[in-house]
Amino acid sequence: MAELLNVNDINVYYGAIHAIKGVSFHVDEGEIVTLIGANGAGKSTTLHTISGLLRSKTGSITFDGKNIGNVQAHKLVEHGLAQVPEGRRIFLQMTVEENLEMGAYTQPNANTAASLERVYEQFPRLKERQRQIAGTLSGGEQQMLAMGRALMSKPKLLMLDEPSMGLAPILVEQIFDIIQKLHKAGTTILLVEQNAQMALSVADRAYVLETGKITLSGTGDELIHSDEVRKAYLGG
Amino acid sequence: MSFLNSLISGISLGSIYAIIALGYTMVYGIAKMLNFAHGDVIMVGAYICFFATSRFGLPPLLGVLLAVIVCTVLGMTIEKLAYAPLRSAPSLAVLITAIGVSYFLQNAALLLWTPNPKVFPNFFARTVLTPEGAVFEKTGVELFGGALRISYVTLVTILVNVVIMIALTAFTGNTKMGKAMRACSEDKDAARLMGISVNTTISVTFAIGSGLAAIAGVLFMSAYPNLVPTTGSMPGIKAFTAAVFGGIGSIPGAFLGGLLLGVIEIFAKTYISTQLSDAIVFAVLIIVLLVKPTGLLGRQIREKV
Ligand SMILES: Nc1ncnc2c1ncn2[C@@H]1O[C@H](COP(=O)(O)OP(=O)(O)OP(=O)(O)O)[C@@H](O)[C@H]1O
Ligand SMILES: [Mg+2]
Repeated sequence: MAELLNVNDINVYYGAIHAIKGVSFHVDEGEIVTLIGANGAGKSTTLHTISGLLRSKTGSITFDGKNIGNVQAHKLVEHGLAQVPEGRRIFLQMTVEENLEMGAYTQPNANTAASLERVYEQFPRLKERQRQIAGTLSGGEQQMLAMGRALMSKPKLLMLDEPSMGLAPILVEQIFDIIQKLHKAGTTILLVEQNAQMALSVADRAYVLETGKITLSGTGDELIHSDEVRKAYLGG
Repeated sequence: MSFLNSLISGISLGSIYAIIALGYTMVYGIAKMLNFAHGDVIMVGAYICFFATSRFGLPPLLGVLLAVIVCTVLGMTIEKLAYAPLRSAPSLAVLITAIGVSYFLQNAALLLWTPNPKVFPNFFARTVLTPEGAVFEKTGVELFGGALRISYVTLVTILVNVVIMIALTAFTGNTKMGKAMRACSEDKDAARLMGISVNTTISVTFAIGSGLAAIAGVLFMSAYPNLVPTTGSMPGIKAFTAAVFGGIGSIPGAFLGGLLLGVIEIFAKTYISTQLSDAIVFAVLIIVLLVKPTGLLGRQIREKV
């Protein structure tokens, strides 16, 4: 499989805080790769660096054959990258449909209707609520909106930052079902999770991040059965 | 009739405040900063229109258009040179810079155009020939046998304000750029992840606010034709007050705050005291903010959890 994303030796700082310490990994086309780790391990920082909101002091980030390490965040959508940020970050005062339209901001206006149609098909719940103000949606619906919004641009790589956060178990199942459907439909996915059990069960490959460093990597299966992972992330 | 007269004058003055307040409120909504130089952009617009029409003999509409273009460019330039480099600086630094830009514009105007007042022309006066053959300048309409007098400036001001409010509501509600502005005002990083250029959006916001300031400057000068380099400060501060009064960041708030402020000011002048009118305006503002700290139509800013 062709390599879609290559992160090579990145170091990211918040002022004096060294949050990411020489992280390298890659995502191939068609894979689901997950990045697991505890609170503060640096998962969100890694995603923000890929999407250009933060900068690495060293190394390189290659996406679809292009070096994107210095590309401004708002230009990356056009390259085929989309991120569903932690905490959803939908536009609470805008309607569901307006949120989705923002996801298609870089697309020609003529394509918006078709993209809306496609996303509404994936998330029928959103269609029922297209005129509703996003801030009044339930947590699960907000997560669907955040995912739908990211899918509006038909990304080659979808990066999800803790999509299961704060959701009831039944909704977590639902969100993971959707992730697997998206994957089957051909979307490459980089999934950040604290819910290691769920993440590893859907992932082709996985990396474990600990205080800014990758300490383990392997297939989803390997890691789910590894002693270290069981102890640290799967409750024994 | 005096009541109706005052009410109409108040709405007209308030319309000017509302148009200026839009500049404050839109910039605050997106860049989260108070652009204290906004009032002085009004003054620049008024001078440009004055010279274009009185010195170079351009027709009034062209004069206004020229003022709008110059102020739009000026607003975007101020943003690029003075504010954009401070995007992640503490808000106090930005505020001080804005005050500096305000003094810069006033002093540049002093140098360029001297402190001598210019008398702004009345574009809305009609030369009328009476049946007896006399010529006079008609500046308004009289109703009820002269008991109610409304100047053309007043009518035009109110009309322009309504048109601007409708246009801006349509712009922010229906266009891609307008929606991007709302997205940026809610969450800049999320907007970036959508592919929205925050810098461009802020630039467009300054352009719109400054263009509107030029229109407000011409309207203000048409009603109070004494043009000096500090002309913009007073309406600027009042309009800023109006923006806070209505709820800073809210476009309908600027409209409502502007109108109310204008009406309160004129009523206070008519029925209480000319000297005390400003004190009364600010007293009302303070009371409103005590009862509703976000202003009349302001939204509660949600803390991120
Ligand atoms: N804006 C910031 N300023 C300073 N330090 C920060 C900032 N954001 C994150 N950090 C620090 O960087 C480290 C990594 O944070 P990050 O948010 O990437 O962790 P995470 O793995 O996403 O955690 P979580 O699972 O809780 O979301 C943490 O130690 C955190 O305190
Ligand atoms: Mg995180």
